[in-house]
Amino acid sequence: MVMRAQSYGCRFTRRNSLFPVAYRTLFQTQRCSSSLSQKPGSAGVRFPGAVDSKFTNTLQFEHPATYPAIPTYRAMSPEGDIMDPSFEPGSDELAVQMYKNMVAVSVMDLIMFDAQRQGRISFYMTSQGEEGTCVGSASALEPEDVIFSQYREAGVFMQRGFTFENFMSQLFANNKDPGRGRNMPVHYGSAALNIHTISSPLATQIPQAAGAAYALKMQRLIDPNTPPRIVACYFGEGAASEGDFHAALNIAATRSCPVVFICRNNGYAISTPTLEQYRGDGIASRGIGYGIDTIRVDGNDIWAVREVTKRARELALKDGGRPVLIEAMSYRISHHSTSDDSFAYRARVEVEDWKRRDNPITRLRKYLESRSLWDDEQEKEVRASSRREVLKAFASAEKEKKPPLRTMFEDIYEELTPDLKEQMKELGSIIEQYPDEYDVTEFEGGKSSLSN
Amino acid sequence: MRIPFRLSSKEVLSSARPRRYQPALRIDKYARSYSSHPPGARLNVPTDYSATPLLAHSSQSALQNLELPLDVRNGTTKRMNLFQAINDALSQALGADDSVLLFGEDVAFGGVFRCSMNLAENYGGERVFNTPLTEQGIIGFAIGAAAEGMRPIAEIQFADYIYPAFDQLVNEAAKFRYRDGSEGRHSGGLTVRVPCGGVGHGALYHSQSPESLFTHIPGLRVIMPRSPLQAKGLLLAAIESNDPCIFMEPKALYRAAVEQVPTAAYTLPLSKAEILKEGSDVTIISFGHPLYTCSSAIEKAEKDFGISIELIDLRTVYPWDKECVLKSVRKTGRCIVVHESMVNAGIGAEVAATIQEDQETFLRLEAPVMRVAGWSTHMPLLYERFTIPDVTRVYDKIKKSIEY
Repeated sequence: MVMRAQSYGCRFTRRNSLFPVAYRTLFQTQRCSSSLSQKPGSAGVRFPGAVDSKFTNTLQFEHPATYPAIPTYRAMSPEGDIMDPSFEPGSDELAVQMYKNMVAVSVMDLIMFDAQRQGRISFYMTSQGEEGTCVGSASALEPEDVIFSQYREAGVFMQRGFTFENFMSQLFANNKDPGRGRNMPVHYGSAALNIHTISSPLATQIPQAAGAAYALKMQRLIDPNTPPRIVACYFGEGAASEGDFHAALNIAATRSCPVVFICRNNGYAISTPTLEQYRGDGIASRGIGYGIDTIRVDGNDIWAVREVTKRARELALKDGGRPVLIEAMSYRISHHSTSDDSFAYRARVEVEDWKRRDNPITRLRKYLESRSLWDDEQEKEVRASSRREVLKAFASAEKEKKPPLRTMFEDIYEELTPDLKEQMKELGSIIEQYPDEYDVTEFEGGKSSLSN
Repeated sequence: MRIPFRLSSKEVLSSARPRRYQPALRIDKYARSYSSHPPGARLNVPTDYSATPLLAHSSQSALQNLELPLDVRNGTTKRMNLFQAINDALSQALGADDSVLLFGEDVAFGGVFRCSMNLAENYGGERVFNTPLTEQGIIGFAIGAAAEGMRPIAEIQFADYIYPAFDQLVNEAAKFRYRDGSEGRHSGGLTVRVPCGGVGHGALYHSQSPESLFTHIPGLRVIMPRSPLQAKGLLLAAIESNDPCIFMEPKALYRAAVEQVPTAAYTLPLSKAEILKEGSDVTIISFGHPLYTCSSAIEKAEKDFGISIELIDLRTVYPWDKECVLKSVRKTGRCIVVHESMVNAGIGAEVAATIQEDQETFLRLEAPVMRVAGWSTHMPLLYERFTIPDVTRVYDKIKKSIEY
């Protein structure tokens, strides 16, 4: 018994980060002292693994059911009314801008979904129902804040200033696509807008976001003139089942990283309903387990999402940095992707119900209308002009040449390796010898880009 | 800096306790039957690291290295073992560049192999720190930090535990630059340090050499040093490199390999092989720990058969130095590749295929390219010395090659 207490005492001393490093080293080389062992009658021993736990003589398991579900924060009713009079929504100008951005995303979604159906692009993913989470949260971030996203965050890109031309270049993988035609459609990215390029493997971006946030924190330590910045990281509730989610939240908490994790809980991961994804109280309840400040918000309420993100950003920068978790509740009105027919696993009426009953666009529209900032005429006009702009960008993106063939060999390493140069030359000579077997006319420069 | 210094030619045991392997008894107090050799053995005798020609035993021989910059060659040297040389490189990297970070499991107190001794004290807990026990987290975290302009050095405690991070390395680190395209962001600042290879008693999960799993991935550089001098130069080159690097440290050499190492900072070229010994009859290609085995086998074979053998250290196993290897084999006409990890789809397979694919070299071949490598088994505790290539097996292949 005494031995146990001694050894715990020793571990505690070593792990206590309040000790200067020199002291810690000293303690490591010594055997354990017994000074931290349990005193008779004390209410709790400071086990190193749970220092504030009190003893109890009642044997009782903690049942999840005894804890009420974390409430969902809401600022605006489905009728568009601000519910707490002390709540201050953003300016009218911002409200209109966010509304237009949500509409623009939804208009683009409809057109591009059809374009995929016509075989004009290879793949697409819409974000119907989640425009509020994306546009609202992005509106609360600073332009220098770094963003990692999953793939259903077109609203974040739109709010940050991604243009229809940017979207279309990527979707058509043309010469203006910064991804140089290497990624599937909707894998957007922009260095200028501080949004990392999307990759398909789910949740991999979450620990990366923690590391990036640590980098921002270190850069401010190195140069205090750097503005305080955070990382915002988006993912779905399905991705939160990946090991990377666990790794990320834990590491972000232990390293005090200024990162805001934004979970889009839309009820489905492809065909899997949340009931088969987890049995706890959503994703939010997990944040507390990692020692992370956490909130659940109504993702269809753009004002609530914006306010929560604003506060989360402030929290994340407090006291040298810390992670914050936001779980934004919504419903995936769209199919998972163009490769998915969601009516194979959920009722059409359920989807129609969500579309009609509650969605972020109609809710903000009601808010705007109640303040006489919006009417049917404006609605018609903004939908028509979004449509015109998308189609214009669409037509010119489709006409652009594809990137030069050479780009398939570049950017694997900082410089082309001898192997890659050799293989590029070999592909060039194959195309040269069998000209009828390959159509290279749509690629900038044809086969000539392979020759040097 | 006090560093536990237990060194003998037989001593390859680390005093550090591997994470998932904590013997209740101090094994090294007892006779270790598994590392002894038969009394009549002429070939399979343990490497005498104090006499091997692969290590620079004098300051002069260390500084003769023409790959070193002139100012380093005019500088001083210090006797270091492999972990001390790595510690020295890490310290110089941290000292030279504020954006260098060092982290992993148990790194802060000095690391289970002592490689990060005193670094947290000297460079601060913000730059040298412990992470939670999560390999996918460590590498994901490192990729994110690298993507935002830092130069993270992530440690995976044993190569055997790198697999939880396989996805982050293969799908993320390796592809980051490629998918970001003209936006120009990348994870090239990332260096992953992993202790690897057999250590006499590491069994299934403290012995692996998974280098060939990573050589199948475009975008990664895979490096394995053989000696303290080389480890320092290659590690500093990996840290400096703008491509993500996997730096594999043969842990059996941490204490065993001791040589004079230049005290100044210097880099050695990546993707460049080194000819350790010139010869005209057979080329032996290897990297990391087995080079010492090869060197012993060469010594015996040259004496017994009256031939001369060329020994090449690949150093970087991908992207590797084909030109150096092909040139040598064109000269000798015979080639043997030696590595610890399983023979199937190992580095030897790639080297052999490349040799037979090169038309000029193919025509010069006088014997099939031969491989000496781990059998196609897992690393069994009791049988390690029967699976890791030993002097006898290399000697035998040399014999077969020249008798062909």
